[in-house]
Amino acid sequence: MTDPTAPPLPDGIVVIVKRECETCQMVVPVLRELAASVELHVYTQDDPDFPGDPAAIPDSDLAVSWFHDIETVPTVIRSRDGAEVARTVGWAREAWEELTGVDDLGGDLPPMRPGCGSMSVDPDLVDELRVRFGRSTLSSRRIEVAAAEDEFEMMFARGWSDGLPVIPPTEQRVMAMLEGTSRAPSDIVATIPPNLDQINVEKVAISAVMAGCKPEYLPWVLTAVEAACNDEFNMHGLLATTMPVGPVVVCSGPGTRAIGMNSGGNALGQGNRANLTIGRALQLVVRNFGGGRPGEVDRAAHGNPGKLSFCFAEADDTSPYGTLAVEHGIEPGVDALTVFAGEGPQGFVDQLSREPEQLAASLAMRLQAIQHPKLILMFDAIVVMGPEHARVFADAGWDRDRILWEVALHLNQPGADLVRGAHGVAEGVPEAFADAESLPKFRPGGLMLTYAGGGAGLFSQIIAGWVNGDKGSKPVTRAVQY
Amino acid sequence: MTTILDPTSERTIVERERLARPASLEGLTVGLLDISKPRGDVFLDRIEERLVGIGATVKRYEKPTFAKPAPVDLRHEIATECQVVIEALAD
Repeated sequence: MTDPTAPPLPDGIVVIVKRECETCQMVVPVLRELAASVELHVYTQDDPDFPGDPAAIPDSDLAVSWFHDIETVPTVIRSRDGAEVARTVGWAREAWEELTGVDDLGGDLPPMRPGCGSMSVDPDLVDELRVRFGRSTLSSRRIEVAAAEDEFEMMFARGWSDGLPVIPPTEQRVMAMLEGTSRAPSDIVATIPPNLDQINVEKVAISAVMAGCKPEYLPWVLTAVEAACNDEFNMHGLLATTMPVGPVVVCSGPGTRAIGMNSGGNALGQGNRANLTIGRALQLVVRNFGGGRPGEVDRAAHGNPGKLSFCFAEADDTSPYGTLAVEHGIEPGVDALTVFAGEGPQGFVDQLSREPEQLAASLAMRLQAIQHPKLILMFDAIVVMGPEHARVFADAGWDRDRILWEVALHLNQPGADLVRGAHGVAEGVPEAFADAESLPKFRPGGLMLTYAGGGAGLFSQIIAGWVNGDKGSKPVTRAVQY
Repeated sequence: MTTILDPTSERTIVERERLARPASLEGLTVGLLDISKPRGDVFLDRIEERLVGIGATVKRYEKPTFAKPAPVDLRHEIATECQVVIEALAD
């Protein structure tokens, strides 16, 4: 026991019981036998009068049970000099005899019987106990909400909401959230723009609670915060820009299925808690910890609904061409996410192309238009290819590289078509490019492929990016740290 | 009563007073910071002409990219070399 506040165990034989447990009731005669021959200390979790004979010490606040990791009653512990030497759980005659050094225990009882769950691990109590006994690990300021005050309205009034209600981050909820990671609450995660303070795991957990996350989502949120808040991704720039971009989080790996993320029908839409709340938690971190709010440092002219949350999973278990994370150097099968500075999704409809060459040319035509057909190389894009489109390529044996290569072939335009003023349109590339024979739409690696969506519909989605590379934002991929 | 945890950074913001506005720019060094937006230089060229015309010394600076905050070294350089700074934000 490392916790200095843990109640020490008395020397001798310690037994933890509760009346509600039939096995505990069954072993009462054994406890009487032990009381006659060893230094016995019985702790009772529920009824202080149980077992009566021998008399028990009430563990009413469950401190002994909590700090000594009691998961089953009865638990029998041999203790010396305040420290545990051995333990057994449930009723097992041989184990009890060996541990206590007393022979012929419970002659009328069956040789063994499993115990019951300890109250200290009761799901209805465990969050409360975590707050009661683990308080010292949290360092955030406590804010008391007056009895007459509505906590949801109070959080709106303080500016902590993205426009939708947020869950009150009580100590119980934050402690429960922190169970989702093995990292210490005080661990520094990242430096959050625009105010550039270092955030720790605890503060990320607070935003995760407010966003509506479950504890098992927390490692994804922590990884997203790390991936977004650095010079490479440049979250500060995303905030400050007048363009309608936000961090788009693309997740992959078996962990996405373990936490119930949606990579299928409506993957980019509403209705899935993990998709929606992981992306939202990242944005709440930036808003509330970083101080990045619309109308202040966030100067977006229009914004987009994805700035509430834009997070989805790739269907990597069925993808014909792997994942974006693997394209970015992560080992296959590893849980990972990519953050991308992106706008809201825009559609690509092609219900007629059945040959891969046709579909590649068709997709290229659509991609040429992102941001502006005459602007090139400045913006990356992610294609979220639906299964029906992907199948056209997969059936022809085209892998990721082949698809990207073939699409890129159709994305080369002569400078004369792109230059400012061409086709009567002022926007375009500078005059210096007018004589270029062929100019690509995307920089190398700037067009990225992902796989998600429902099984019906010859559609894909395109997520257009912001200023790319060293001047703006680079996509950042990280393995999820648990 | 509900107790909740503060989601903010809990930092106390230090308010710094602005320097007094100079009565005249004559004889002062004015820094012109181009944030690297297209045509910001057109605007700053004209401002430079006007400032030189009223007796100011002008120094020109440029951010590596408009999409990121000015690097610390650049901010320090401007602060040590100039009394006044004008930042061009426009496209």
